[in-house]
Amino acid sequence: MKSAPFDYARPESLAEACAMLAADEDARAIAGGQSLIPMMAMRLARPTKLVDIYRLPELHGIGSDEDSVTIGAATRQVEAEHSPTVHGLLPLLAKALPWVGHPPTRNRGTVGGSLANADPAAEIPLVAVALGAKIDVTNLNGVTTYDADDFFIGPMLTALAPGDCLSAVRFPRWRRACVGSAFHEVSARRSDFAFVAAAAQVALDPEGRIAGAALGIGGLGDRPVHVDTTALGGERPQQLLIGEVVRAGTHEIEAMSDLQASASYRQRVAVGLGTRALLDACVDAVGRDAEARRRGLA
Amino acid sequence: MKVALNINGETRTADLEPRKTLLDALREDFGLVGTRAGCEHGVCGACSVLIDGAPARACLLFAVQADGYVITTIEGVAPAPGELNVVQDAFCETHGLQCGYCTPGMILTAHALLARNPHPTRHDIVQAISGNLCRCTGYGQIVEAIERAAERLRVVNAQEAAGHANEEERG
Repeated sequence: MKSAPFDYARPESLAEACAMLAADEDARAIAGGQSLIPMMAMRLARPTKLVDIYRLPELHGIGSDEDSVTIGAATRQVEAEHSPTVHGLLPLLAKALPWVGHPPTRNRGTVGGSLANADPAAEIPLVAVALGAKIDVTNLNGVTTYDADDFFIGPMLTALAPGDCLSAVRFPRWRRACVGSAFHEVSARRSDFAFVAAAAQVALDPEGRIAGAALGIGGLGDRPVHVDTTALGGERPQQLLIGEVVRAGTHEIEAMSDLQASASYRQRVAVGLGTRALLDACVDAVGRDAEARRRGLA
Repeated sequence: MKVALNINGETRTADLEPRKTLLDALREDFGLVGTRAGCEHGVCGACSVLIDGAPARACLLFAVQADGYVITTIEGVAPAPGELNVVQDAFCETHGLQCGYCTPGMILTAHALLARNPHPTRHDIVQAISGNLCRCTGYGQIVEAIERAAERLRVVNAQEAAGHANEEERG
């Protein structure tokens, strides 16, 4: 469990990091290293050079504007987990983060690192796909923005090319009155890789009908998938209907099968968890709405 | 590559290959073998150290990345040679260890939890040590040890606070 030899460099700026990454196609950016270092230890990855972007100030921080919450790529997962901005404006991500690895790996692991690693079962990529986040990739030519759905190509495979550095992720904010979210996951034990995970966000109209719904499923296919929930628009939240929509949206996904969970098990769990996540998101929306009204009256 | 690391309050220097993990540097170059080498790919938690007070895997960090941090290993938690700190003491008392391999990591993780949260619930404790594997105890006595340490620290802290208050009154 020792990595193959490599060179190590710690650039002072993102531009310098991009130049280093562009100069050597076998160089890899490293931030928290919580997935890359185990891969190197098992010699599944053998970069010639590690370009350490962990301390670059331009990759740090959590900000928000009217439309989105932006998280710098090298922002640590633990910082996002405890960020009032994330809790207030992006509760779905706040619910997903405690499922990412375990506390010691979240202390070092970064938000951007999880996205760049693109594990099919990873929680942060799942939330990015569910909500339709934008992913900024910087290289010597400037910044390219990808839709999360286009960014993830397959297991541990993204749109990142040699010389690219993932620099930020922008999660859209839903500006409706009554929005709720839920995150569910099944794994062998807490903190282990998810067999299947479901991330849902729902907006209800004043009559309690679904005005918008987003659902992502991770661990089922070879990348996180966005499930089509347009059929729920204008409907009241009902378990049977939601279950049918989730089943229809997931049954054509080619499910992964491994020693831990078969493809058919994953399919069944995906329908169950996806349905539960959407229903819980509706309940959460009603609860938040009631809370907001109480505050408004007080 | 030359590195200068702040380990247990001392600056330690060495000339290391970039591929050397902090874990191997601690054990081989700095003689701090209390940090255990377990799975060496981030699963078991035996190599846990504190980086700026928060638990992290020493096997998931190259030593060349670790300059500028305050690194604490199990050797750095006892108040004096031959003495135990409150958490270590509680582990002995409740039989929170058998073979001892996971113990340094467990103790550092518990130490960090109690520094941040003086009133941990059982759930908080289980969450905090969820990244540290123990194959002997079944975890029951470990949780008990951390509960006991938390209780004692609260008493000590209350006494110290009372002491300070008295001094201020007299002053």
